[in-house]
Amino acid sequence: MTKLFKLSLTVNGNPYERQIEPRLLLSDFLRHELGMTGTHVGCEHGVCGACTVLLNGDPVRSCLMFAVQAHGHEVLTVEGLGTIDDLHPIQQAFWEAHGLQCGFCTPGFLTTLVPFLEENPDPSEEEIRVAISGNLCRCTGYQHIVEAVQLAAEKMRA
Amino acid sequence: MTTEIKERIPSPIGESKPRLENDQKVTGAAIFADDIQFGNSLLYARIMHSPHPHALIKSIDTSKAEALPGVKAVVTGADFPGYLGLYLQDRHIFCRDRVRYVGDPVLGVAATSEEIAVKALDLIDVEYEVLEPVLNAEEGAKPDAPLIHPDLGNYKVANFIFPQPGTNISNHFKLRKGDVDGAWEKCSTIVERKFWVPHIQHVPIEPHTAIAQWDETGEITLWASSQSPFAQRNLLAQALGVSQSSVRVIAPKIGGGFGCKAGISMEALVVAIASKTNGRPVKLLLTREEEFHTAFVRQELIAYYKMGCDENGKILAMENTYYWGGGASTEYGVNVTRAAGYSCTGPYEVPNVKADSLCVYTNHPVGGAYRGFGMPEMHTGLEQCVDELAYKAGIDPVDIRSINCVKEGCETVTGFKMHPTGLSQCIEETAKAIQWGQKSPASAPNKRRGKGTAIMWKAPAMPPNAGSSAWVELAEDGTVNVGLGGQDLGQGAFTVMAQMAAAALGVPYESVRISSPVDTRYSPYEWQTVASRLTWSMGNAVVAAATDARRQVLDLVSEAWDEDPEDLDIRDGIVVSYKSEQEQPIKDIVVYGLPKPDDQGWLGGPIIGRGKFMPSYVTGLDAETGQGTRSVVHYTTGSQSVEVEVDLDTGCVEVLRGVSAFDVGRAINPALVEAQIEGGFVQGMSSALFEEMIMVDGFMQNPSFVDYRIATTTDAPSDLQSIIVEVPQDDGPWGARGIGEHPMVPTVAAIANAIYDAVGIRMMSPPFSAEKVYLAMLEAGIVE
Repeated sequence: MTKLFKLSLTVNGNPYERQIEPRLLLSDFLRHELGMTGTHVGCEHGVCGACTVLLNGDPVRSCLMFAVQAHGHEVLTVEGLGTIDDLHPIQQAFWEAHGLQCGFCTPGFLTTLVPFLEENPDPSEEEIRVAISGNLCRCTGYQHIVEAVQLAAEKMRA
Repeated sequence: MTTEIKERIPSPIGESKPRLENDQKVTGAAIFADDIQFGNSLLYARIMHSPHPHALIKSIDTSKAEALPGVKAVVTGADFPGYLGLYLQDRHIFCRDRVRYVGDPVLGVAATSEEIAVKALDLIDVEYEVLEPVLNAEEGAKPDAPLIHPDLGNYKVANFIFPQPGTNISNHFKLRKGDVDGAWEKCSTIVERKFWVPHIQHVPIEPHTAIAQWDETGEITLWASSQSPFAQRNLLAQALGVSQSSVRVIAPKIGGGFGCKAGISMEALVVAIASKTNGRPVKLLLTREEEFHTAFVRQELIAYYKMGCDENGKILAMENTYYWGGGASTEYGVNVTRAAGYSCTGPYEVPNVKADSLCVYTNHPVGGAYRGFGMPEMHTGLEQCVDELAYKAGIDPVDIRSINCVKEGCETVTGFKMHPTGLSQCIEETAKAIQWGQKSPASAPNKRRGKGTAIMWKAPAMPPNAGSSAWVELAEDGTVNVGLGGQDLGQGAFTVMAQMAAAALGVPYESVRISSPVDTRYSPYEWQTVASRLTWSMGNAVVAAATDARRQVLDLVSEAWDEDPEDLDIRDGIVVSYKSEQEQPIKDIVVYGLPKPDDQGWLGGPIIGRGKFMPSYVTGLDAETGQGTRSVVHYTTGSQSVEVEVDLDTGCVEVLRGVSAFDVGRAINPALVEAQIEGGFVQGMSSALFEEMIMVDGFMQNPSFVDYRIATTTDAPSDLQSIIVEVPQDDGPWGARGIGEHPMVPTVAAIANAIYDAVGIRMMSPPFSAEKVYLAMLEAGIVE
């Protein structure tokens, strides 16, 4: 039996402590230990971006990180962005501007965009495209996603 | 005239209503298959795959694995002799005597953790006798090719599929029309070309996930990321030799399908494993690598085209031969071949046609349904040949398409009279939007710009009697609950169904709910979510059910109010009489009914409407000529024009603009139609520029997202334009026909034609990678 590691971290503002196996991926920890299934796993090799979460505010691929690496840090997942009654402007914009179809890649796009729009309140279309070029979407052709980001930026500036 | 038609279209038909379920999808609350919680009893399955493209299984020793603590079941093909297959029952759940491709499932293990399951696989010894593989469809069709399915003659097969026992040909669709041999001498221009379209994969971002459980009474439950809960129920029951009613399939949200989650593939593996776990549920989640071989891939195509036209550009003859590389099983793929056969000319009226569409077994992963169902592959070469024919004949490539394209009343290739279609208008619209004939300057001296056009047609490919059903019930608060069995894959089917139910019943869109997830125990039957058939077929069933509920409400009110039903209407959820001007909200009526006058009892009761739809008019086709009264339900048609820029230094092709026009009959939700067009365009563009399952001796060389690249935001053009043409379909709801698959059908050819316009080279095999384009330019002497 592998020696368990006592992990403590903050997820979406709430502190958690769990005894976990050191090899447990952060994505699996969030999904299976904490039951936060909004973080999706698409490739498990860090390319598709569906599993993106924020670690101390920066986007990371939770499938490429061990949960123990988040020890003592703050994690933000899609569940922490907003609630149905109080959506983050990015969530609101993706809903209104048809920024998704199947919705599997959506959480990763949203988390990638939070710090991007905070740092770039008025991005050009090209800047938006570069910012989310590490997130794969097979459904939309990206056009409506880009439009949703433009709408989100507008909402956040207002 | 226009006003009159508009008045007949009730709200919210034609309105871009926001998508249902977006709230769950933006908050992370949406439940996909891997999100369902099963607690500690859940077991984890792993699969052992064949390491050889073609071999006999000589022995399997599972004893060491079975002794490993934590292993709960080891299942091999010996346990399941039944056959599986949609149109041709040609495979077992697990391989029995023979493996037919690298990745073929040999056995499965269930254990208390994935780690233990993987360790168990390492302890299993399988002995193989390696056989010569078939690695190419054209070679595989030859009489001396090694046989992949010696039992082909014994397999059960649909009556419109024609296998040739003793060969690797599992379907041969023949089309013979007019006099092709006599037509060539009348042609002033003839083009002959060979094209090769490689295997690609669907790449849904959600990998296949399935969880299965057998309870002690023999009841089987499958939770799966599925396009086909009802087809899976049926196919599982057949393969396992149990009744359909003892199989229950529950289909939660699905993270992209594009055809690979249609029919059945890996789901049967986990069901088989779960038969041996004493009632404990078992989960199988494919890795991204497994996704490239454990589910379906797109068939490859080797295609020969010959076509000719007269001096006016009128196409007189076509002779096309399609060798489809179907992979190790063609249970679904045989019908791709058939669809390519009865649509073999593309959207053109051609009087003299000879075509052979052959489905050939190869030792490659299993080909199945893929967005477009053979049409993108077939149009890739066909639409380049039409382009070349135009240039050689001195006719504008857009004009040759306008001259020859199918129009209402013309005779299609199978002899069926073409229904009303807006194809000519689509061609005009895209040519206008792309500014056809005007060359824009390149962005740098080392770059060349070009424009290209391609057109398409595609019919739903399915059995002639694929059916849909629906129910509509109403609650005390007047909300409407629609029961249906099709899936929302992200295309927005649930949204569109809610719009149709609202319009047919006369209630606000906001008051309609869709009963989901689809569960074969409670949901009404739907054949499959494929073939771009839901808006049309399931839509007709939903409209029928809503109309039935409406009729029940109005009959009841007519009796209670003593009025003629013709004077009554339901508007915005309120029953109104145009005669007496009485009004009553339906919420007060639909559950408890209405009182008779003077407290003399009650009328009515809970309202539940039911509806179904099944096309009744599709006929068989002659096995030798492919001719018949009506080959298909209808064709959706369209046109795409693109502008590209080719870098002479690198060969890199950039798609600058994409303009699409499709005749959808009626756009129930225009924003969702545009979303399908954009998404399909970029998927088609991705297959044109990047995607190929690189197969060497039967081994895929690039089974990861690092090496198998799909289009990203920076690859997709920022200028995508979608034009909706509406020439109504006679039996579509408000005239609607499907649009899900069509937008990726002409894209590869449109891009190839634009590359030709830019630099004068013909690309005979996608993907048009920078390397391939550069080498082609080098060979043509365009660069040094």
